[in-house]
Amino acid sequence: MNLEYAERYQDFRLKVRAFLEAHKPDKSLLEAPPAERARWLTLQIEHGYWARTIPKAYGGHGAEPDLLETVIMDEEFNRAGTARGMMAQGPSMLVPTLLEHGTEEQKRRWIGPTLRGEILWCQGYSEPGSGSDLASLQTSAREDGDDFVINGQKIWTSSADTSQMMFLLVRTEPEATKHAGISYLLLSMDTPGIEVQPLRTMSGDLGENSFNQVFFSDVRVPQTSVVGNRGEGWKIANTTLKHERNSLNANAEGTLLRLMKLMHSETVNGVPAMASPVYRDRLMKLQARVLSMKHHGMRMLTCSLKHESPGVAGLVTKLQNCQLNFDIAALAIDVMGELGGLYDHTRYERDRGFWQVHSIFSLGLIIGGGTAQIQKNIISERGLALPREPKPAKA
Amino acid sequence: MDFGLSEEQLLLEQTLRGFLADRVPITRVRALRDEDCPNDRAIWRALAELGMTGLLIPEANGGSDLSLLDAALVAQSLGHAVTPTPYLSSAIMLPIALRDLAGAEPAGWLNSIASGELTFGVAVTETFSVREGAGLALSGGKLSGKAMMALDSCSADQLLLAIDDDTLAVVRSGTAGLTQSRLSTIDSTRCLAELVLDAVTPEAVFEGAHDAIARMLDAGRIALAADTLGACEAMIEQAVVYAGQRKQFDRLIGSFQAVKHLCAEMIAELEPARSLLWYAAHSFDALPAEAPLMACHALAHISEIAREIASTSTQVHGGIGWTDEQNLHFWFKRIGVARHLLGGPEFLRGRAAELQQLTAAA
Repeated sequence: MNLEYAERYQDFRLKVRAFLEAHKPDKSLLEAPPAERARWLTLQIEHGYWARTIPKAYGGHGAEPDLLETVIMDEEFNRAGTARGMMAQGPSMLVPTLLEHGTEEQKRRWIGPTLRGEILWCQGYSEPGSGSDLASLQTSAREDGDDFVINGQKIWTSSADTSQMMFLLVRTEPEATKHAGISYLLLSMDTPGIEVQPLRTMSGDLGENSFNQVFFSDVRVPQTSVVGNRGEGWKIANTTLKHERNSLNANAEGTLLRLMKLMHSETVNGVPAMASPVYRDRLMKLQARVLSMKHHGMRMLTCSLKHESPGVAGLVTKLQNCQLNFDIAALAIDVMGELGGLYDHTRYERDRGFWQVHSIFSLGLIIGGGTAQIQKNIISERGLALPREPKPAKA
Repeated sequence: MDFGLSEEQLLLEQTLRGFLADRVPITRVRALRDEDCPNDRAIWRALAELGMTGLLIPEANGGSDLSLLDAALVAQSLGHAVTPTPYLSSAIMLPIALRDLAGAEPAGWLNSIASGELTFGVAVTETFSVREGAGLALSGGKLSGKAMMALDSCSADQLLLAIDDDTLAVVRSGTAGLTQSRLSTIDSTRCLAELVLDAVTPEAVFEGAHDAIARMLDAGRIALAADTLGACEAMIEQAVVYAGQRKQFDRLIGSFQAVKHLCAEMIAELEPARSLLWYAAHSFDALPAEAPLMACHALAHISEIAREIASTSTQVHGGIGWTDEQNLHFWFKRIGVARHLLGGPEFLRGRAAELQQLTAAA
């Protein structure tokens, strides 16, 4: 056990800090015009703070992978209050998948513009009848000459309305068994036959994410758009999902500090919430859980650095973190009492509605990226080697 | 950056677990519940031969001068095997207290603990919780009063007593005016006693022991959290084995999601708590300013998840888990009694808030 960083990492941290002081933009990337966003991302790539380990030939910085450098960059960008690179489905899920399974041409064509935010991607996985049981998906891609013709429907498609491209799973081999008939395709969103409809969720109009349904009627796409081999889409998608689960770790420590601030300022009958032993006890319970997850993260990081498998301990993070975030928001809402439900930037609303948004999105994350119940199946079957549920006998 | 156990620590744990499985199996623990005191001297001497009792004792006194994380791993293994032994009091709390009392070791106590010839009981309950009119007073060099739930104190050779939060005293077992009587709890694997003193002459009195008492309590809380975590590990292991063997409705019960999800929930609570415990134990030596808060959080949190795990593991076993014969209750009871020995979760969370000056808000 040694929690100090070696000297070269301390130097690296100072370098990142100096870069941010010199170049940090005034406003968030989300609000910046695309050209400005691309300039900022390109500058980060040149200095090696974004796409650090992606080969130069594909538009990255071309450095050797070093997990501690990644951690330090994330910490310093967080500290500076600005996003490192771009948190979007293209860079976090498609790029690693292309690097592992794409052709040379696909890598050269898509990775660079995706990293620079010039092309935005959405993910076409879930369908109305295929959520947890994703491999049962029914959207079909029928072979027709050099093309596939797609028919079907996707749901829970974040940012489909603002994306230029979609990576999606379709059934190309109708005769094959469930998992073997799926292919992974890349598709331009302006192809004729695609209709995007917004999906209104329980968060209403607030929040950072927009979900959609996407309908496909005779959508034509060249067969060269397949990533990897035909029929191997399930295996390839699992690479992508692995990247998604890694990206679902929210910053509970920062949210807890925000809750503590709220408990100092929020008063009822003239007394601050922090002075209530009941609220304080709940806060301390949450603080212990936050500390557990923080140090659990450090333990998992150490396992990665040593190339050791963390075993079952590595499978519990998503389940525990998502519930913890929901519970932190729940205490904040309780502390605000009858004002806790205020929303839509109504008068008296606290923190511009952050806590209700955080509560509803945390609930979404408990479900999204593999529900809590699916996580418990994974933990017990892969982590504890308990027997799988027997398949029902065929009628 | 390395947040994990060293090769040496893993080896220590492996050695001890092998020894306990071999020499102190559950049949031995069962037999000891019929003794007047379960703290069997043969086990204590064998732990000393393995070097376990001297981990926190300086090399000059025959110990190995290691860290609290090492000692916590031992405590965890002892909880895992529900071993009756005065490790918490004699090998952890006493050496830590003496470390902070310069020149306070007149009688070779540390050497004798490292060699397994001596045991110490520790009475500190009244520093955080006074019930039944308990409390000690020193008057004219004589000690009088009562101490409750004193750790490992019915058969120990010496007793370390907290008179108040700034004064410690050592009293020899069997001294005139001292009555040591065991208080039987549901947990037959731990010795707890009531000490009644009537003008007892102490072997030693230490004034200005405020820091020593605080450090001893922090170390004790971290070690007790480790003991409870080890007991939780054992209860989860037993539940998983049982769920993978027991059949009902022509199926292994572990294939039912109603059962396997209970097992997943237990391990999902345990593993992050293990990370918290490692950090708390590490902080005790490396980041001492953080240790009081970490000790409170680690023990409170682990006590809370342990109650759930103890209940859930028993339920996974069904009716057989509730029988005496299945032995699972030894772990359930160890966890249940440990929950309040050095401050229960509510007290510890209140203390955690105080340490961060959050109670000043009113």
